Amino acid sequence: MIRFILAAIIALLALSVAAQDSMPPAPYAYNQLADPRLEAEASALMHTLRCLKCQSQSIADSDAPMAGDMRHQVRSRILAGESPDEIRRWLIARYGDYVSYEPEVSSTTWPLFVAPLLLLLVVGAVLLRRLGKRRSDAEGGDVA
Amino acid sequence: MRSVYLWVPLALFAFFAGLAAYMLTQEKDQFVESTMIGQPLPEFALDPAYAGLPGAAKADFTGKPRLLNIWASWCLPCIAEAPQLEALQKQGVEIVGIAIRDRPEDVANFLAKYGNPYSRIGSDAISEVQLAIGSSGVPETFVIDGKGVIRYQHIGDIRESDVPKLLAELEKAR
Amino acid sequence: MIAEIGLAALWLAAALAVLQMVSGAAALRTGPAGEANPLAIYARPAAVVQAFLAVLAFLLLLRAFAITDLSLKLVASNSHSMKPLLYKLTGTWGNHEGSMLLWVGVLAASGGLLAGFEKRLPERTMGATLAVQGFVALGFYAFLLLASNPFERLPVPAAEGTGLNPLLQDIGLAIHPPTLYAGYVGLSVAFSLAMGALLTREVNPSFARVMRPWVLGAWVLLTLGITAGSYWAYYELGWGGWWFWDPVENASLMPWLAATALMHSVSVLAARDALRTWTIMLGVLAFSMSMLGTFLVRSGVLTSVHAFAVDPERGAFILGLLGLYIGGAFTIFALRAGAVAEGKRFAALSREGALVFNNVMLSAILAIVLLGTLYPLLTEAFDVRVSVGPPYFNPASAIFAIPMLLVMAVGPLLRWKSDKPARLQFELALIAALVIGVIALVSFFGRFPLLPLLGLGLAAALAVAALLPLKGRKLARVPVATWGMVLAHFGVAVSLFGMACEGAFSEEKLAAVAVGGTEQINDFAVMLDAVTPVAGPNWTAIEASLAVRQDGGEPVILTPQARNFWSPPQSTSESALLTKWNGQLYAVIGNQAEDGRWQIRIWWKPFVTFIWYGGLLIGLGGILAIAGRVKVDVTRRRAASKGDQRRADLEALGAVAPQPAE
Repeated sequence: MIRFILAAIIALLALSVAAQDSMPPAPYAYNQLADPRLEAEASALMHTLRCLKCQSQSIADSDAPMAGDMRHQVRSRILAGESPDEIRRWLIARYGDYVSYEPEVSSTTWPLFVAPLLLLLVVGAVLLRRLGKRRSDAEGGDVA
Repeated sequence: MRSVYLWVPLALFAFFAGLAAYMLTQEKDQFVESTMIGQPLPEFALDPAYAGLPGAAKADFTGKPRLLNIWASWCLPCIAEAPQLEALQKQGVEIVGIAIRDRPEDVANFLAKYGNPYSRIGSDAISEVQLAIGSSGVPETFVIDGKGVIRYQHIGDIRESDVPKLLAELEKAR
Repeated sequence: MIAEIGLAALWLAAALAVLQMVSGAAALRTGPAGEANPLAIYARPAAVVQAFLAVLAFLLLLRAFAITDLSLKLVASNSHSMKPLLYKLTGTWGNHEGSMLLWVGVLAASGGLLAGFEKRLPERTMGATLAVQGFVALGFYAFLLLASNPFERLPVPAAEGTGLNPLLQDIGLAIHPPTLYAGYVGLSVAFSLAMGALLTREVNPSFARVMRPWVLGAWVLLTLGITAGSYWAYYELGWGGWWFWDPVENASLMPWLAATALMHSVSVLAARDALRTWTIMLGVLAFSMSMLGTFLVRSGVLTSVHAFAVDPERGAFILGLLGLYIGGAFTIFALRAGAVAEGKRFAALSREGALVFNNVMLSAILAIVLLGTLYPLLTEAFDVRVSVGPPYFNPASAIFAIPMLLVMAVGPLLRWKSDKPARLQFELALIAALVIGVIALVSFFGRFPLLPLLGLGLAAALAVAALLPLKGRKLARVPVATWGMVLAHFGVAVSLFGMACEGAFSEEKLAAVAVGGTEQINDFAVMLDAVTPVAGPNWTAIEASLAVRQDGGEPVILTPQARNFWSPPQSTSESALLTKWNGQLYAVIGNQAEDGRWQIRIWWKPFVTFIWYGGLLIGLGGILAIAGRVKVDVTRRRAASKGDQRRADLEALGAVAPQPAE
């Protein structure tokens, strides 16, 4: 069930693609940069940017035309010498944190970072309670 | 002490259930809003989308507030909003269009069929300006003041009920 | 008429669920002299008959889809007379109402099995369990009958159906949802058993032995369901991704994590009478997660731009059920669990200790996934939209997954109750050497991302460590269940290896290619031979013919397609895969550019198939574990009945019965 709903969502996306324009995609939407190092940088960045028209997909895994145009922006900006961080900030300035999957500590995302730390403390406490103390009583009480 | 811990799962669950119940009653906001409101338009200069009208550039947004309409001939809601744009234009609003991923002949056909409320239309074949102003779909309409600052964003097609709001926003931007 | 019979069967089944609930609850109230309540005898038959009725209702709906009965609203809006028969049938559960009916059918069937065959539990615990099971079933019958009737008729039969979403017309979708459903529902039995045991305070090893096959079975089905789903997304979505951390995927992962922890915990309870409260807690948690998944997917609170099969009213209904069952269960847990006596004690360094550690880690990963999935919902309550995706989930879950995998390598080697590290010096050194050695070796050949690198090291160590429990034993005498564990743990290593290789070594080629042009990727030369239009039963497509030569060898033809379905009108891309022992070549055809060249996407994904082979091994391990337990159980029962027989014979001879050897 789970998976076919995801599918359906993406299918709906495909539907919107079908009803879309007939224009050829932007030059760098489906073409890689010639320099493998730059392409790797671009690809890593694209995997962490959200396709705004899709359901939970990065722009690197989407056929939506807008995702293609965003890929073109990323690749052409990388080629022009911008750093991935600058491009991410440029997009966040336009679409907010929503566009980026890469967690950045901000006023809206800090609980995401606090939670694992808290969880580490809780896990430590639980383990200490279940295992740590038990060892000492086990040593005393085990013989009985 | 142990008994207190036993209530933790229930408390967490109650929090989730409350949140989920609240969210179910909320109108689902599906739009990605631009965070460029209050910011000046980025620099751009687009070629004409078809032979009938000049292209669009940042430099065109001076003197008075205008509407910047992001649209496309292949977009169905754009047909639905055409009468409202026409009405706005009749009330003296200047509307600059940006056609997304469009061909000149399609633009001309669309305008011939559904009317032409635009003073200029730029062609954005790779959604460059669309991305630069934080728009995430077609159609969207932005209110730009006389200094070229983005003041308001309307997402989706303009319904009749949206017209007064847009006029008020244009007035506010004056 | 057929549809009306189906509907009537559902109403009857609902009525029987009420009887099952009342009669099961009556079993808790014994008479003054301890005699069973006369009402209690109805619970088992009610569950069995109910199972027949619910399954009958599902079969009738299946028939309606098979013959495309367009007078049914559900068939008309989800099927089409021109569809291949297989996809007509799978379309039965490719929609909300049908999938809920499937859910209820499996729920009733497993309730029937439990009532019909399980004779080991005390009658009071069984009664409480059946009461809970009936209560859960009743909620879903209500949901089905009041808010999503699958047998609704149209006032006028439709002339033609609107068709099934083309992405769902795929064999992967034929297997995947029912498998996951059966897994979810198996967890509902575990839940009912846990509640029954908690209500009667019978949390003990014999209860755990009853619960174990259900948990194992559910876990195997979830494992296979997730594996199938992941492979399906991989080849169907056309970009080579196999896990997206989508809320919908997380909704299936969370019950799996809880079930994995529960399965281990219930084994400890069965073998060592420890971890009583944990087992109950995890039993409730596992079922909560499957209900939560259903809620998240069905209610639409988490889907964004493109909503499907979502309906806030149905969401409210499921949330109500969720509150009733899970809220109720946690309340009973809080009130009663304190009274459950502590289980047997054990040292930190022991098999139990390692299992506790890993259960805590699994729970922590579950918490991370839950938080990441729900966090956008939380911020939306404040009108802020954020995205939580792989860059968060991967490292955050790795914090807990890495220690877990290390302990998992050592755990099965430890003795129950308490152990000494000195005994395992060789094994520990071997595991450490493998982790460090592999990481050092791989880093020597290039720079790779951290997590895949760690994954490679852990996979190597885990693969060897998984086999270590067999060391020094006569293989023929190793119990089947132990083989199951070895295989499942080895499967985790295999899967991890696949994931790490895919993450570290994948190669990608996107290019515009003219017919006759060649692209090189890894040691494959891919030539675009031709692009031709083709037609299927309900679609047309453009098909590329790609000649793939490895190292200049014989060409293999791959035929990726870009398909256009007409009912409903949609396009999909059908990837073409070339499977080698050491990976897959993944090819997709895109659009034609204005200059006549075609967009081709090709990936070389080394060892990517190991991800799903590993999943299959894990599932197979689970099946072996079930088989092993059943075998032991049958042997034990036979021995017990033989012993009874002999004692009876001896008594008949007037001899003194020997003390039962225990």
